[in-house]
Amino acid sequence: MNTVSDDSVPRLPRGVRLVDSAAQGGMVLLAPERVFKPDPIAIEILKRCTGAATVAAIADELAAAYSAPRERVLGDVKTLLGSLADKQLLEL
Amino acid sequence: MTAGNGQVLYKPLGLLAELTHRCPLGCPYCSNPIELERRSDELDTATWTRVFREAAGLGVLQVHLSGGEPGARRDLVEIAAAAHAAPLYTNLITSGVGLSKETLAALAEVGLDHVQISIQDSKAASADHIAGYKGAYARKNALAAEVVRLGLPLTINMVVHRANIERIDEMVEQALELGASRIEIAHVQYYGWALKNRAALMPRREQVERAVGAVEALRAKHHGRIVIDAVVPDYYARFPKPCVGGWGRRSLNVTPSGRVLPCHAAESIPGLEFWSVRDHSLHEIWQSSPAFNAFRGTDWMPEPCISCARRDQDFGGCRCQAFLLTGDARATDPVCHLSPRHAMLAELASVQADEPYVYRR
Repeated sequence: MNTVSDDSVPRLPRGVRLVDSAAQGGMVLLAPERVFKPDPIAIEILKRCTGAATVAAIADELAAAYSAPRERVLGDVKTLLGSLADKQLLEL
Repeated sequence: MTAGNGQVLYKPLGLLAELTHRCPLGCPYCSNPIELERRSDELDTATWTRVFREAAGLGVLQVHLSGGEPGARRDLVEIAAAAHAAPLYTNLITSGVGLSKETLAALAEVGLDHVQISIQDSKAASADHIAGYKGAYARKNALAAEVVRLGLPLTINMVVHRANIERIDEMVEQALELGASRIEIAHVQYYGWALKNRAALMPRREQVERAVGAVEALRAKHHGRIVIDAVVPDYYARFPKPCVGGWGRRSLNVTPSGRVLPCHAAESIPGLEFWSVRDHSLHEIWQSSPAFNAFRGTDWMPEPCISCARRDQDFGGCRCQAFLLTGDARATDPVCHLSPRHAMLAELASVQADEPYVYRR
């Protein structure tokens, strides 16, 4: 299991792309021989995995944008990112 | 969305582009048809470019540039560039033999997203024997290293059968050493060339059971480090595989000459009418070609499929296998334990002989 810390800087590795597909009805995550349809929350997190923001900064931004408790957002973000990293869909 | 005949139309996700049937290797389980298409019949660059654009318009997200060995096409880089521009996520499925480092670097440059290389065994002599090509093992390893050096993600595909099934652990170690981020473990599917070689390839039941356990243990051991996808060996299964995710639902396959098939083995079913990209747009073919509509949805199903709770889950299994084993493409895939013909699979699997391979040529 990949562990995610507050100062990890997540980014999509080469070969993993978040794209908007009108035909498939929204954002899809394309990976080696796999296609994922992320839910709206996962999309907001994935959009911020650009290699520029830390996990803490992503949680700050989402907590502010959705007026949600920051600690809970941070926990959810870490869980999602850890599971994506396990599937080789994210670099930390 | 429905087609003219009232059937629900789906959006395909993947396109398998068989750019050529030419290949330096002779693997006895090759998924290409027995009757290989000739070089002179292959689609040109401009036609592939149009097909990719039409595929993207249809909703296709990923294209798998395959063969044969796609490296046999001199215009491979232009083809990959056209796929990327379509825009499609572009995957190269290669034997690793017959593709130069220079071509690989050019492919990475024009937007190739991912490379899949097949390996035959962890032992060089056995690997070369299975591939029917001396030196294949070394060349594959060298190309895999080059893929990783270029920063492209690498999948190692291993086709499993009696000659290598005891070395899945070693092959997974090899894939890890090569720097793969994903492994595909595929037991041989018995169509075409593999059907010809079934007695020589078929593993024993206890070998298959050990292999399934080994894969589970490897997954747990390498969790978080590498993705292991496995295709189960269906002669020993109780439920059939949901072949290609359901006929005409998620994917299409274009042959080197431009015939469009619901799956790569579909031409083994007699009487199906396939349309070509030379005569029709991909959209017309997906929507209206008789072959795509032959087994779409569930209306075509006989019992026990039509009233089965799993009918929308495994779609009655594989149409090609149903035809090859029962002579009726509508029949329940005999892999299913509910098929009245299920017992024949155990009988067929028990026919094993260490005879020389019939190499694909």
